Amino acid sequence: MWPEGIHKELSAAGVRLVGYVPDAGHKRLIELCQADKKMRAVVLTTEEEGIGLAAGAWLGGQKSVLLMQSSGVGNVINVLGMVRECRFPLVTLVTMRGEQGEFNPWQVPMGQAVRPVLEAMGTVVQAPASAEDIVPTVNAALRLAYNSYASVAVLIPQRVIGIKSFQDQASR
Amino acid sequence: MKRRDAVRSLLKNRKQLLVVAGLGSTAWDVTAAGDSPLTFPMWGAMGQAAMMGLGLALAQPKRRVLVITGDGEALMGLGALATIGVQQPANLTVVVIDNERYGETGMQKTHTANGVDLAGVARACGLNVVDFKNLGKAIHGKSGPNFAAVKVEAEKIPLVLPPREGTLLKARFRRALLGSKADSE
Repeated sequence: MWPEGIHKELSAAGVRLVGYVPDAGHKRLIELCQADKKMRAVVLTTEEEGIGLAAGAWLGGQKSVLLMQSSGVGNVINVLGMVRECRFPLVTLVTMRGEQGEFNPWQVPMGQAVRPVLEAMGTVVQAPASAEDIVPTVNAALRLAYNSYASVAVLIPQRVIGIKSFQDQASR
Repeated sequence: MKRRDAVRSLLKNRKQLLVVAGLGSTAWDVTAAGDSPLTFPMWGAMGQAAMMGLGLALAQPKRRVLVITGDGEALMGLGALATIGVQQPANLTVVVIDNERYGETGMQKTHTANGVDLAGVARACGLNVVDFKNLGKAIHGKSGPNFAAVKVEAEKIPLVLPPREGTLLKARFRRALLGSKADSE
């Protein structure tokens, strides 16, 4: 399963701090990070806080990752300016909504704007096409971010997450 | 109280203290007190100063971390106090230099001029609220997270600008803190 695979990659890369806004698509990965005694999972009130957290951690010599849903991308636009100006390494894992088979129309505008918004702010966007591609893409994103001081977002496709209705979401 | 006097007294004998300054007047205040590679003055990302402090405090649990920011900056990121309250970093102190004004945009009143009590918010979020006379001790030793809102005069004073380039501010901070590890990781 890809959440287990991502957790292994984060662990192997030395990520010790995980900022997150709760999200159904990231539920399993958040649980794995919370259960990992070497990691600190920091729940945020808004995704924007995760940028400050990651930047501060890097000033202190620590690698981190930021987990959010596509709607959260809209909340971080301005502060991505700091990431770019300072060349802070940043890895953001975005679970997509408003994409394939969306059932909530309010998710569609931001979901469709994720890639252009991130790219406009200087973040490299990597979009694995299938479940098998997710873990290798996260591996590469960690290397790109921390070896080359880049801001990298991995978009985890809605098709892979597979939530099909409000009822389905609530039951997970 | 005058803001520059308040900030200068907090940074006197700063020793190994790591400092994050919020954008605008507080970045000028920390620079007026003496620029240091172990100060990260922000020129943007309004609302994120306290979160930068949290990230730094969690990454460097053996060092003391001080965030100095303004009331407008803190109001833009109020949720950070809730997040810090949950994490309870023992080595972090957040100080708001509160002149009840947006100083960079024409001295318009902030919410604190209209009764909003930042120390009350911080207390409700689980931070230890400290008064100014005990603040020096809290910054350097009291188990945090500590918080103070320091009321200062609303005055227009000369700008004292830190370096502007973000990559320089980041790199000098990391080198001063991490030594050669800053370049190898």
